[in-house]
Amino acid sequence: MALAVKSEGRDAIKRRALLSRAVFLVPGLTYITAFMLIPLGFIIAYTFLSRGTYGGIEFIFTTENYTRALDSLYLGVLIKSILIASTTTILAFFIGFPVAYAITKLPTNRQNLMLVLIVLPFWTNFLIRTYAWIVLLNTQGFLNKGLINMGVISQPLELLYKPSAIVLGLLYAYIPLMILPIYSALVRIDPAMKEAAVNLGATPAQAFRQVTLPLALPGVLVGAIFVFVPSVGNFIVPELLGGGKTIMVGNLIRDQFLKARDWPFGSVLALSMVLMLLLLFFIQARVNRRVLGDARA
Amino acid sequence: MLVPNTLGWLRVPLYGVLVFLYLPISVLIFMSFNKSDSPFMWTGFSTKWYSVLVNSPNIMEGFKNTLIVAIATTIISIVLGTLLAIGLARYQKSSALEAVALTPAIFPDLALAIGLLALFTSLHLTLGLHSVIISHALFCMAFVTAIVRGRLSQIDSSLEEAAQDLGDTPVGTFFRITLPSIKPAIIAGGLLAFTLSFDEFVIAFFTDGPSTPTLPIIIYSMVRFGVSPEINALATVVLLISALIVTIAQRNVKVQDQI
Repeated sequence: MALAVKSEGRDAIKRRALLSRAVFLVPGLTYITAFMLIPLGFIIAYTFLSRGTYGGIEFIFTTENYTRALDSLYLGVLIKSILIASTTTILAFFIGFPVAYAITKLPTNRQNLMLVLIVLPFWTNFLIRTYAWIVLLNTQGFLNKGLINMGVISQPLELLYKPSAIVLGLLYAYIPLMILPIYSALVRIDPAMKEAAVNLGATPAQAFRQVTLPLALPGVLVGAIFVFVPSVGNFIVPELLGGGKTIMVGNLIRDQFLKARDWPFGSVLALSMVLMLLLLFFIQARVNRRVLGDARA
Repeated sequence: MLVPNTLGWLRVPLYGVLVFLYLPISVLIFMSFNKSDSPFMWTGFSTKWYSVLVNSPNIMEGFKNTLIVAIATTIISIVLGTLLAIGLARYQKSSALEAVALTPAIFPDLALAIGLLALFTSLHLTLGLHSVIISHALFCMAFVTAIVRGRLSQIDSSLEEAAQDLGDTPVGTFFRITLPSIKPAIIAGGLLAFTLSFDEFVIAFFTDGPSTPTLPIIIYSMVRFGVSPEINALATVVLLISALIVTIAQRNVKVQDQI
């Protein structure tokens, strides 16, 4: 009798735990499944289907969309996008690392203030931040006027509407995403490790190269992914600061869906972006495991 | 301390990056108070472009649409994101599920946008503010989940267990113990969800209907045609709204920890 009550109680507790688990997890996970995983499935399915006459798709199996993506014209766009995004990422690293390193040297309250100042523009409207550069760099804009007034130049410089302007715009938009993960990695490094290196005869430069830099690597990789991924798929900056002259893969995808109405081909291009993201995360996870493993050993 | 605590040459990148980040925005805000019709010639201080904004039915309509979307998105994100965060922290510790829950925040926005457009089209759903809300809630929810999940891992779950051991119902524990302890994180997450939705363009561009443009869509159609004093004023208002909201969010939770 007592046993029966007890097991019934245990069952009730089990049932209650299961119920709470369902109440908390099911709504969110269902939402993500319905509006992210299933749409992703749609994109993958579309890559093997034919385009409809007026947009949309027709259910005729084909692999032509993939062969078309390998056409030198589109492959060129993809490579150019990767080049522009890589350049942005590398510049973001070389500027962002010293910034993150400098922040760790500040007193704690100043560190927080500086991080807020760096992250604040990131949370504001992306279009407006990009537009601000047109105001600044236009041939009649602030910078040109200033340089002419100072007598540095006599003719306004054409600073916009070229690939370097795209890199500048992307760098501006995403550099906070490089600084923050590097900062988090740097503040987590135990100062004792560096002191140990110095005590064992390493110069500060050696200690930096052999202790600080490797331990910051996971943060650098996260930052690199956070800068590269939104850069490579961006279509606003190429359009506004590149003047539409440099077409990136994001522009191509947008046009396939909204102008050319070739959804299957647009899906192949979008899938290539998703696969790039997955590849980068895979690399990051492996490097992470190695660095953390080394640190423990 | 072996490492001297002076900045030295590191001052250059540190203050340089602040100039880089704030110079374009500052020039934009400054130019929004220009009296001249020409966006380039400074002729004197005026707030007339702000009254142009207020008197533009298009922009006010867009502003209203954006507010509807942002408020609805915030509510959905808070409810779903908080539940999911608690579920992940207390009931199902799984790094795979956690990755799935956070993916919408880092997934390329263009890929999300076309996937959602494909879904809505195949369901024959008419596009409008409702489809933007559904889409925005997807990635905004992930931010709420991340922030609340972060807070939950800092607080002790033994209080919740004690309440349950003393006979409190799960619902009672939730409202009496769990919810109050994560309130700052929910507020911060909600404010960020609001800002993200308020400023979001790419996904709205694909999932909105033609008759109800949100403010970012209107801004996009304006900035494509170059610089104008009216955009400068609109941009200033939108920038300050986001900056204000994020600053309030920052008081509740350190936002930089969540990225």
